[in-house]
Amino acid sequence: MEGLSVRLGDITLDNPIIPASGTFGYGFEFAELYDLNILGSIALKGTTREPRFGNETPRIAETPSGMLNSVGLQNPGIDHVLEHEIPELKKIYHKPLILNVGGFSEEDFAYVCAAASREPAVGIIELNISCPNLHSGGANFGTSPDEAYAAVKAARGATDKPIFAKLSPNVTDIKSIAAAAVEAGADGISLINTLLGMRIDIKKRTPVLKNRTGGLSGPAVLPVALRAVYEVYDAVSVPIIGMGGISCAEDVIEMMLAGAVAVEVGAANLVNPFICRDIIEKLPETMKKYGISNLSDITGGAH
Amino acid sequence: MKQCLLEVTKNERLTSDIYEMTLEGEAGENRAGQFANVSVPNKFLRRPISVADAGENFITLVYRVTGEGTGTDEMSKLSVGDTLDVLTGLGNGYDTSLAGCRPLLLGGGVGTPPIYCLAKSLVSAGISPTVALGFNRADDMFYLDKFKALGVELRVATLDGSYGDEGFVTDAAFGIDFSYYYACGPMPMLAAIRRAFGERGEMSFEERMGCGFGACVGCTWNTKSGARRVCRDGPVFKTGEIIWKA
Repeated sequence: MEGLSVRLGDITLDNPIIPASGTFGYGFEFAELYDLNILGSIALKGTTREPRFGNETPRIAETPSGMLNSVGLQNPGIDHVLEHEIPELKKIYHKPLILNVGGFSEEDFAYVCAAASREPAVGIIELNISCPNLHSGGANFGTSPDEAYAAVKAARGATDKPIFAKLSPNVTDIKSIAAAAVEAGADGISLINTLLGMRIDIKKRTPVLKNRTGGLSGPAVLPVALRAVYEVYDAVSVPIIGMGGISCAEDVIEMMLAGAVAVEVGAANLVNPFICRDIIEKLPETMKKYGISNLSDITGGAH
Repeated sequence: MKQCLLEVTKNERLTSDIYEMTLEGEAGENRAGQFANVSVPNKFLRRPISVADAGENFITLVYRVTGEGTGTDEMSKLSVGDTLDVLTGLGNGYDTSLAGCRPLLLGGGVGTPPIYCLAKSLVSAGISPTVALGFNRADDMFYLDKFKALGVELRVATLDGSYGDEGFVTDAAFGIDFSYYYACGPMPMLAAIRRAFGERGEMSFEERMGCGFGACVGCTWNTKSGARRVCRDGPVFKTGEIIWKA
C-alpha cells in the first residue's frame, strides 16, 4: 500500500504499525493467525542477560479502560533468544526486528546489546530503561537523566545497531531524560512504558497483584502517551516510536501528529489478537478520510 | 483458537449466582477442559469461561457472577439475540486418552461444568466414568439432571449435608476404584484431591489471565517442568506436574 511507509533512521518500515514488546511474545502465537510480514516490524519480548521467571501470579488485573501487569520481564535470556526464538521467527518473518532489551546494571545492557549485535535480523535495539515492575535496576535507570545517560552510554559502547531508549512516564520531566538518552548516543526514543498502578481486592483486603504494583496500559493511558510524545518531540530531534493505548487507525494518526514516526500497539493485541492486521487494513481508508496521502508527512503535525 | 461472533440464544440463572449461557454460530472446535475468552460490554479484558458443552454450531458456558460490575455481572444481563465476540478453543483440555476403563471425574461448585463436558465426551466414546460432585449446599447444586441423563454413576456431597453425603467431594468419592481421575474446582479442593487420591490424574486450574492465548505470559506458573502458561500450556495439568504448596 502506497503512502504507508515511514523511516526510522536508516530503516524503512512498510507501515508504522509495530506490536509492542511484551504483548506479542516472540510472534509465534500470532503467526498462527495471520502473516506477520504485513507488520511494519515486531518489538520482541523484553530480553535480559539471564533467563527470568518474573513475578509470582496474580500478575494481571483489570482496570477501567485498561489493565495492570506485573509479569516482571519473564524471558528465556538473550543466549536462548539468539539461538532459538529469533532463528525460528526468521523462518516466517523477513523484515528487521526490534529487540527490546532489559537490564539491571550497565554491564547487563552492554552484554545483551553486544550479543544482539551479532544477529543481522535485529534492526533496532529498544533499550528498556523504564520497566516499573522490578524492585531495582530498570526503574532507577529511567527516572533520572544521569541514570538514563549511563544506561544508554553502556549500550552505545557495545553495539553499532540503532538504539531507541524506551522511557518511563513515571517521571517529573520526561524531556530531560529523553535529551540525556540522545546525548548518550540514542538514535531514537520509544515512549511510553506503562504507568505504575495498583488495584486492591476488597474481599481479601490485599493488592490484587502479588507484586502489589504493576504497569497500567490500554486505552486509559493514551492521553498520557500523547502528551509525553508531544513534549519529547519538542525536546529532541531523533525519531520517536509512540505507544500507549493505541487501538485503532485514528489513534495511530493522533500519535503521529503528536510527534511519532511509528507506533507500537500493545495491550490491544491481548484483547483482539488481530488488531495490528485490522489497523493496517484500515489505515488507507482512514488516511483518505483525513486527507493524508503520505503518513510520513504527518509526524509532529499537531505542533 | 478461533475468533467468532456468536449469538446469545440462552442466558439463564441456575442458582443464586451461577448462570448458563448458550451461544450459537460458527464456534469452531471446543473440547472438554478448554475455555472461551468472552469480550464483555464495558470491560477491557476478556473473561475466560470454561466450556460446559459444545457442538458444531454452539457453545455453552456456565459462569458465576462474582459481584457488581465484575464482567460476569454484565454477562448475566445480556439478552437472547445479543452478539458476543468470543475467542474459542483455548487451552489444552483434558487428555481423554489416559482415562482407562473406569475414570473418576471430580467437580466442585463452578468447577462442575467442564466435568460435565468431559463426562459427555467420555460417554460418547463408550467409557463410563464415575462422577463425584461437591457443593456448599443443596441450593447451590446444578447440572445433576444432566449428569443423570448421561447415565453415569453420580455421587454428590454437600458441605452442610443438605443433599447427598455431608462433606467434600473427596468424601463423595471415598472408596471408589478408578483408573485415572480428572478434576476441576477451587484450589483447596484440588489440593485435597491430591492428598486423598494421589497424583494419578489431571486437574484444570484457574489464574488471572491477560490474553488467554499465550502471548502476554501473564498467567505463568512455575511447574516441575518449568515455566508454564496456564492459558496455553494448561489450564489442565497433570497433578504430578504441579509444585504443591499445601
